[in-house]
Formats: sequence, structure tokens, C-alpha cells
Amino acid sequence: MAEPILSVRGLKTQFFGPEGVVRAVDGVDFDVFEGRTLGVVGESGCGKSVTARSVLGIVDRPGKVVGGSMKLRRASGEVVDLGTLTNEQMRKYRGPEIALVFQEPMASFSQHYTIGNQIGEGIKLHMGLDERAAKKRAIELLDMVGVPQPARRVDDYPFQLSGGLRQRVMIAMALSCDPRVLIADEPTTALDVTTQAQILDLLRTLQKDRGLAIILITHDMGVIAEMAHDVSVMYLGRAVETGSVKEIFETPKHPYTRALLRSIPTVLAKPRTRLPTIAGSIPHPFDRPKGCSYHPRCAEIIGAVCERAEPPAVDTDDRRQVRCFLHGGMEEAKAGLQGAPA
Amino acid sequence: MAQIDSEKYAVATQLQLTWWRFRRHKLAMISMVVLALFYLLAAFADFLATQDPHATDARTSYIAPQPIMLFDDDGSFRPHVYGIRGVRDMRTFKLVYTVDPNRKVYIDFFGRGYEYKLFGLFRTDIHLMTLKNPERGDGIYILGTDLLGRDLWSRLLVATRVSLTIGLVGVTISLFLGVLLGGISAVYGGIVDTLIQRTIEVIRSMPTIPLWLGLAAALPNDWSVLQVYFAITIIISLLAWTDLARVVRGKFLALKEEDFVMAAELAGASQGRIIFRHMLPSFASHIIAAVSLALPAMIISETSLSFLGLGLRPPAISWGILLQDAQNIQTLALAPWLLISAIPVVVVILAFNFLGDGLRDAADPYG
Amino acid sequence: MIAFITRRLLLGVVTIFLISVLSFIIIQLPPGDFVDAYIAQLSSSGSQVSAAEAENLRQLYGLGEPFYVQYGKWLGRIITGDFGESMEWRRPVTEVIGDRLWLTLLLSFAALIVTWGLALPIGIFSAVRQYSFADYAFTLVGFIGIAVPNFLLALVIMYFAFVWFGASVGGLFSAEMALAPWSAAKVWDLIKHLPLPAIILALGGTAQLIRIMRANLLDELRRPYVVTARAKGLSEARTIIKYPVRAALNPFASNIAYLFPYLVSGSIIVSIVLGLPTVGPLLVKALVAQDMFLAGTIVLLLGVMTVIGTFISDLVLMWVDPRIRHQMD
Repeated sequence: MAEPILSVRGLKTQFFGPEGVVRAVDGVDFDVFEGRTLGVVGESGCGKSVTARSVLGIVDRPGKVVGGSMKLRRASGEVVDLGTLTNEQMRKYRGPEIALVFQEPMASFSQHYTIGNQIGEGIKLHMGLDERAAKKRAIELLDMVGVPQPARRVDDYPFQLSGGLRQRVMIAMALSCDPRVLIADEPTTALDVTTQAQILDLLRTLQKDRGLAIILITHDMGVIAEMAHDVSVMYLGRAVETGSVKEIFETPKHPYTRALLRSIPTVLAKPRTRLPTIAGSIPHPFDRPKGCSYHPRCAEIIGAVCERAEPPAVDTDDRRQVRCFLHGGMEEAKAGLQGAPA
Repeated sequence: MAQIDSEKYAVATQLQLTWWRFRRHKLAMISMVVLALFYLLAAFADFLATQDPHATDARTSYIAPQPIMLFDDDGSFRPHVYGIRGVRDMRTFKLVYTVDPNRKVYIDFFGRGYEYKLFGLFRTDIHLMTLKNPERGDGIYILGTDLLGRDLWSRLLVATRVSLTIGLVGVTISLFLGVLLGGISAVYGGIVDTLIQRTIEVIRSMPTIPLWLGLAAALPNDWSVLQVYFAITIIISLLAWTDLARVVRGKFLALKEEDFVMAAELAGASQGRIIFRHMLPSFASHIIAAVSLALPAMIISETSLSFLGLGLRPPAISWGILLQDAQNIQTLALAPWLLISAIPVVVVILAFNFLGDGLRDAADPYG
Repeated sequence: MIAFITRRLLLGVVTIFLISVLSFIIIQLPPGDFVDAYIAQLSSSGSQVSAAEAENLRQLYGLGEPFYVQYGKWLGRIITGDFGESMEWRRPVTEVIGDRLWLTLLLSFAALIVTWGLALPIGIFSAVRQYSFADYAFTLVGFIGIAVPNFLLALVIMYFAFVWFGASVGGLFSAEMALAPWSAAKVWDLIKHLPLPAIILALGGTAQLIRIMRANLLDELRRPYVVTARAKGLSEARTIIKYPVRAALNPFASNIAYLFPYLVSGSIIVSIVLGLPTVGPLLVKALVAQDMFLAGTIVLLLGVMTVIGTFISDLVLMWVDPRIRHQMD
């Protein structure tokens, strides 16, 4: 397999609030490859969006990336660790290297400027085009993402567009500077089902045409199944299981992944059966459980171990990782526990 | 413990919740205490006054503030002030009255002074401090005197009573108009709503002071102090109800969409019951907040009008009337202590603003 | 857009109508008809009015006829530019008012500029550096600005200027310029004198606007579109100024409509303290002396000018907010 475009190792992002430190992202690893989609899945509050923002270096105060590496391989072959760049240096990467598509297209646009203005802004900044050329390119981009009458629409304001169109415009804006990595943060959550399918279709076509690497963040296992090549399942700021979409769906190893998959409604289920849910709820961020953070909700808990030690990431197959004592790591954990007082 | 706490929160009324949240605002709490003190001062104004606030005496014109000496020469606790002595200025041959440090006048506690009615009800002449055997012109002049020799401290106390109550009366009238018109506007909607809203917009886009001045100037000269007091209050509140009406209407409309109102409607509650039993309690705290922000505006209005000589008229005493004496620079250069009257104005307005801000935050956890 | 302008224009016309009625009521309010007052005033100053002359005046103003007829006659004369005669000055009202009206508007407008010029940057700064020392300092100054009525501020500043510099800070012109005819030197003199009263007048409004701007901007800074702008690689300064500040300007701009009447109101009282040659002192004097034509005219003119100023600020608001521009197109 080729080298990844973006390789993230041990990413940690924390929020320093008056009530204490929230470890929103707590050691996440993943790789993204050209022309492939990495699906990042998990419940709300598991740190998916913060991960995306950490990669771009736009975590809101009081949040801060505190550890790990984010190695981006540029078109020239040069490898840069995004975590070491200053904000000023990082700006050159936002847009031309990595771009973001957001969850709420309405709120993510300013209502005070035309969409042409908002698309053209990045083009002018990164590609050095003038006003006219930037507008021309904006029209081309709108055409590419399937906005009808792009030459007229370019002068519209976001509030004049429908939700689906707005999301298309958002994608056009993200692609305006030919990024190589596109991070889509719940791109279809706010849309109705048919529009959802159209947008996912559009993303797939764009990926095929341009060899985009996509990080698709969602809580919807259905979207993952449809779009992703690789999957990373997140729980409380950690990737608990990573692997190819086929492996994850066919042989899920982590109890959390299994529980997530069980909770997808299926047409094949017998009528009047209860849809399984995951017991309990996500712990409060200040109240992170000791040991494996999933243990209070886990059906397959190993007594005296899971409450006390954090499972390390174990490589089970090639490019597959699980953080669960059911699949190894017990020896290391024991050594660690003996070393430190329980 | 946590269990009990959450239960306590679950059954608390909206006002209780607001109060709990409010208690966390230190500045607002302090402001509330300060305001309580001011209203207490106002209630006992005459009792605390050391001189008749209306009594004039040419001898005591422009006496600078006099401290009260607590201890006698032998160290015993005998509060006293210095007497007043007339000295002939040898250049102008005018008799000038100054403080005479050689003559002590002792202070009596709970002695008898000028007659007044406590709370407007009980006739009495007991004061906190009076002088023992004063000669003409002697007095306790903590904050000095004005041109006509009236004691500023006593006048300030009475002024505080007038200015603070004018705010309360005015806000009551505004509140009545605001809740009534804002409520009608929200409940009936349609043309009534449009009419009231446009009226509010028109009133808000008028420069108020010239209008007030015009109306106030038209009050007949022979009206009594009390008549003028109420007339001025009404004039001020006539233009001040609009903010309250907007708050009430906005809250009403927002609440109409709430599920619990819908639930009450579906349960067959009458419109009156929905309004008074369900809706009013949930925005009572907003109204309280709006009122505490409207009060300082009222006080400023009255002060401004009286300051210009078109509000309350002497012999009435209010902050504005006291400040009127401090209007020209020559007077101020001669008797800078007259500016002391500005301090309670600023403190009270500041306190009302802090209080209102704290209440507003407490009333609206999301705002 | 047209609907918006029409609505505002209509509202303005209605406001002007109401102001004219109120002004007329103010003229009418003093007991007795004002010709009586006029005659009394004149005879007290030594001149006599013949019965025929008095009857003429009564005819002219329709006294004794119903209120609306009187109002109509009065309004009709005003439209032709005849505002009546000042009883105290015995000259046409317009002549007495003279430059004062324009100076009032100039002062209010200068205060408006000061308000904007101070509130905007300070509000932005306070929001972007929330909870910094400067934020707290501005908040404190802001609270004082709200709590100190501007006439009191004027009084205190005058006092300290007198005590420290021995100088009087009042007036809009220096003594030798006050009565001089208009010239470049006089305009320059005015410009030099304008800032202090403008700042005093502006302080209360500025404090309020800072709070509004700060609160709005804090709201806007949390919006997703700010993240979008950052994700495009815009610099932080450009991100903040182009997007959230732009959005926060809206409620700010709609506030200006109420700011102008407020400033005109305040200018009256500040002018009296500082001795400025605006309509303020004239109005109070006229009211105290029951010179009702003069007073009523000043109230009317101030009201009309305020409505016009407000209408202009509405147009500015429309220009600022694309949502209004595109409504009901």
C-alpha cells in the first residue's frame, strides 16, 4: 500500500476550563490515504470534531493540542508535522492542503456576504488570483458540485439557498484551492435523506475524479458503510478500534464496536423486537472512568482488570488495531499495575 | 446530598431558581444591600436629619462641612461640634460668620428638634442627633450648608426620599402600562399589535427631554408640591413604559410557543388561567429585571428635569433641585461641597444597574 | 427593500405628525389663550396692544374655534415658513433660533461620531480579549458612563477644569468669535471647541453601545462560520473583522436609530451646563418665561430633525444588512 497523505499518532487535545481539564482527544492514531475515505465514528462528545479541528489547528480557546504528531506528506514529497507549525505557518495549509466541510451549512456561512465572495476569498488568498478570476473559478466550482445556474447563484446570499444547495456550495468552497485532504464533519446530518444521498454521491464522485483523501466524521454507521474504506471507532477521545470497513463490519472486535453495530436498525430484523441500545450513557468529561473508559458500559468486562488498567493499542492484523484486553495487552498492563500502586 | 440537592432544584419555582442564581452575583448582591440602605435612609430621613431642611438663616450661608468631634479634651466620649461666630471683615465691613473652634456645642442623642411625621403617619420631634443649648446659627453641618444657610445633610436625606420614591411610583405606572399594553399586543396580535408596536416605535424615535420639558413647563404655577410631584411622575412614565412593553410582549410571544403552554391549552385551561397561572410566573423574573433597569432611568429623568428648573419646584427637595444649586461654576468654586449631592445619584444609579444586570442574568440562564 | 423604505418613511411621517400635535399642545397648554399671555407680556414690558390688534391675532390663530381648526391654521402657517413670533424677544421665532438649531444638530452628530468611534473598537477589543485586564477596565468605565448622567459629568469636568486649570471649558466658540460672522476662522474655532462637549454628551451612549457590541460579538465569535473562515486560512484579524464583527454590527446599527434622539435630548441639558449656544438653553428659557411659540417651535424642529436623522440611519442600516435589502424584493 502507498504511503499515507496524513498520518496522525498519539494526538492529544485538551480544554483548560475553570472547572478542570477536559481531555477531549486523548491519544488518537489514524492514517489517511489518497483516494480513500477514513470514516471516524462515535457517539456525540467522543472527540470526533475536535480531532478534525486539531488537524487544522483551529481548536477554539480554551482548547489546545498538547501532544502527538500529525505528519502531512505534501505533493512535493516533503513531510511536515502540522503540530509543530505556528498558526501563521499553518494558515498556508488550510485550504490548499486540508479543507473542512461542516455539519450545518446555514450556520457555517456568514449571512452578510454572497457565496461568491465567500468562495473566492480562499482562492484570492492562496492562489493569488484577482477578483474577476476568483469569481470565474467560483462559478466553475459551483458548476462542478452541481449547483444549477452557477453564474447567477454566485451572487446569492446563503439565506437564499436551500439546505442541500448550501451544502454543495460548502463543498465547492472547501475544494476551491484544490486540497488533497478533505475533512467532512457530519456533512449530511442536517439534511433530509434524499439530499443526504445526493451529497454523499457528490463526495464519492469528487474523490474518484481528484484522488481526494477524505476524513468523514459521522455518528451514522450507515453512512460509514456506504462511504468509508477504513474506519476508526472513537470512544471518549480514543480510537478504540481501527481497520478496514469490511473487517470492522464483519468481525468487530471491540465490545463497543459490536454494540454500535447491533444498534443499527435493520429491515431484516423480526418485527416487534427491541432495538438493542448501549447500556448507560457517556460519562461526564470531568468524570472519566478509571481504567478502560468503556468498562462501566461494557457487557464483556474482565473483572479486576478493566476497572484498573487502560488497555494499550494492540495490532491484531495488518493495519488493524484494538484497544481491549479481550484481544491482548494484558501482560503490559499487569506489568504497569505492579509498577505503580493500584 | 446530591440527591437532595437535585430534588430541591426539581421542585423549585422559577422565582426560587432565579433567586438562587442571583445569589451568585456578588456585585448585584452588594448593590442590593446598598439600595436597601438607601431606602432605609429615605424612610428615616427626618429622624436622621440634624436641621430643619427648609430653615434658612443668613448667618449660616456657605459653611463648609463640619466634622463631629467624638472626644472631649479630657478624652471622655462627648460628641460635639464647634459653634458659629460672627466676625467683621475689616475691608468690606461685612459681618462674616465662621466656625469658632473655641466654643464647643455638645450633641444630644434622641433629643427634640423640628416636628415631622415619621413615615408620614406619626407626629414626633425626636431626632437622632440634636444640639444641647445651641446659640443662633449653631448646628451639626456634616456636609456643609448652601447659600441660604440650609443644612446639606438634612436636605440630602429628604431629597433621597423624594427621588427614590418618585422612581418607584413612576416605575409602577410604567409597569402597569407596559404589562397591559405589551400583554394586549401579544395576546391579540393583528392590527392591535401593529398599532401598539408602531406607537412604541414613534415614542422611541422622539427626543424625550424637549417633550418632557414642554409638558412639565405647562404645569400650573399654583399647584401644590404633591400635585407637581405626581404630575412629573406621570409625565416621565408616559414615555418610559415602552421598554417594559417590549420585554413583556417578547416574552409573551416566546412563551406562547412553549410546550407547557400548549399542554395547558390542550388540557382546556382558560386563557386567563394560562396567562396568570402558567405564563406570568415564568417571566416574572424578567419583569423584575426590566424594572430594576428602568428605575435608574426614571431617577435620572426626574433629576434632569428638576435640575433644569422644570421638574419639582422648591420648596420641594430632590436630588435634581440640590444639584441645581451646584449649576454654576462660581458657586462651585465658592462651595465645592454642594457637588456632594451628586454622589448618592451616581451610587444609586450604579447599584440599580448592577442589580438589574444580575437579575437579568439570573432570570435568563441562556441569555 | 422598497417595502422597508416605505414603512420607515411612513413611520417618520406619522412621528412628525404626532410631534407637531404635541408641539401645538405645548403651545396651548398654559392657562388662558396665548394672545392674553402675549398682551400681558407686552404690557409688562411697557408697550400696549390695541383691542383691534388683539382681535386680529385671535383671528389669525383661530382662537375660540375647535382645536383641530386652530391646529390646522397653525400648521398651514408653519408650512409657509411662518413659525410665529417670540413674545420675549419680539422677533420672529426663526430669527431667534438662528444658528442654534444647526449647532444642536452638529453637536449631536459629533457626539454620534464619537460614540461610534469609541464604542466600536472598544467593544471589539473587549470581546476578543474577554476577561483581560483591559476588558475589566473598560467594563468599569462603561458602568460609570451609564451611571453618571451627562449633565453631572459636565458639571464635574467643569469644576475640575476650573480648579486645576483655572479655565472655563464651556462654549462652542471663543469669546471673540462668538458674535463674529461666519468665516473659515470661526468654523475652525468651532471645530476646536466641539470635541469636549461632544465627548461629554457621548459618554453615556458609548458605554451602552460598548456593552451591546461586546455581548453581540461574544455571541458571534462562537458561531460556526468563524471556524469556516479560519479553516480557509484567513488571518485571525481578517477573520474577526470580516465575519463576526460584520454580523455584530447589525444590532449595533439598528441601535443608532434610538441613539440619535437620545443624543439630541441629552444635548439640551449638557448645553445648559456648559453654556453652549444650542437650542437647549433657549428652550428652557422660553418654557420658564412661557414664551410658547418659541418653545413649541423648538420642540417641533428638534423632533423633525430627529426623525430625519433616524431615517438616514435606517438607510445606513439597510445598506449594512443584506437580509433587509433582499426582503420582499
